[in-house]
Amino acid sequence: MLDIRKRTGYLFLAVMVAQVILVSAQVQTKTGSKVLQAVTFELFSRVQFGTASALDFGRNGWSNYVALRGVRGENEALKRQVAELQVRLQQEHALAARAQQLQGLLNLQTAAALPTLAAEVIAGNQDSVLRSVTIDRGTAEGVQADMAVIAPGGIVGRVIAPVARHAARVQLIIDRNAAAGALTERTRAGGMVVGAEANPPLRMELVSNLADVKTGDNVVASGIDGIYPKGYLIGWIARADQGGGLYRSVTIRPGVDFSTLEQVLVVLVPPRAAARGEDVK
Amino acid sequence: MKTAVVLLALAAALVLQTTLSGMMVGGTIAVNLVLVAVIYLALAYGAVSGLLAGTIGGLVQDALGGGIVGLGGMSKTIIGFAVGVLGAQFNLSTTVPRLVMFAAATFVHELIFEGLHALIGGRPFALRYPPALIQALVNALVGVTVFLLVERGPDAMQRRRSGRGTFDRKRF
Repeated sequence: MLDIRKRTGYLFLAVMVAQVILVSAQVQTKTGSKVLQAVTFELFSRVQFGTASALDFGRNGWSNYVALRGVRGENEALKRQVAELQVRLQQEHALAARAQQLQGLLNLQTAAALPTLAAEVIAGNQDSVLRSVTIDRGTAEGVQADMAVIAPGGIVGRVIAPVARHAARVQLIIDRNAAAGALTERTRAGGMVVGAEANPPLRMELVSNLADVKTGDNVVASGIDGIYPKGYLIGWIARADQGGGLYRSVTIRPGVDFSTLEQVLVVLVPPRAAARGEDVK
Repeated sequence: MKTAVVLLALAAALVLQTTLSGMMVGGTIAVNLVLVAVIYLALAYGAVSGLLAGTIGGLVQDALGGGIVGLGGMSKTIIGFAVGVLGAQFNLSTTVPRLVMFAAATFVHELIFEGLHALIGGRPFALRYPPALIQALVNALVGVTVFLLVERGPDAMQRRRSGRGTFDRKRF
């Protein structure tokens, strides 16, 4: 009887050959091993969900009991703030009505609000190969690959395949393989925002040297990529230098603070329609 | 029993790693707990356990990470096997040699992983040395701490318990 422990070298060789075949299959077809990936992701997302729930339970216990000191003072301050905001809201309403009248005059169509689905971040991946987070919504809730994911701060990223029944993986916009069509809000100078392994973690490429861009300019999605909804904030320009060739060297600080990402919104619109800012019926 | 320990250690490392990553999405997390588990198991149980732990841990991490499944598996298999073989050849029962082994294995793992990625992905080899060295150091500290806890933890608990018993008897 062959004792495998005494044949460690053979075992090592067999395992390595098997993995080389596995890798080769994926590299050749680009779709190999999807079943393995999907099944592992589906199973592990349940474990991640359980861990995230346990952590939330502990965190909620802490914040609902221990961290409630000083709430009365905070409440008073918030009431004052609400009163101020109500006044400002009235002013904004007046301005909005005025803008609507002007829009009607110019015969412009109003962009409908995009339907979104709130999701919780239950795990993350720091791998330099793919910067991603796992959310607790999947195909059962209508989430599909390539749907945009946003947060109050701006664009977070896009859903990537495989999507499990109750979980999905989101490729962050700061991932080095991520890209989004973009333009500056002030001068509408177009370009492409890509992830970079640097600080700040975003770069805007293909911005002409002749374009008027400067530090602090807001950069928003142009919708040209067919994934990200037009007009949503990506970030603001941290630095814009004249490039050696035709294009400027522009770095962008993202609008979303990825270090504190807990809740996100999935834009429940097929990618092409989302980019045009259309609603689904 | 050994198989159960290997699987349990890997599962715990995977859950902890993804949970920690989830809490620090935008920043960088300078520890690879799955790799720490693989090196620990290789040192504690030998080359076979090391290479199997490397294979399983690496493949699962690859599948969860969304990249090419097998690259992490291969690099961790090599590390698990090599550390197991070296652990049998040299005396690695004290803290400093273990610290060196954890740090060296982590750094070599990063070299292999990036090398394989460059080879398969057709992109230039671009290992970022400062983060790799920091990860090697942090992994080494975590690994040695785990060893100390596993080896000395039960004894320390026992001594504490018996010490408290003596004190109680003396006093009362």
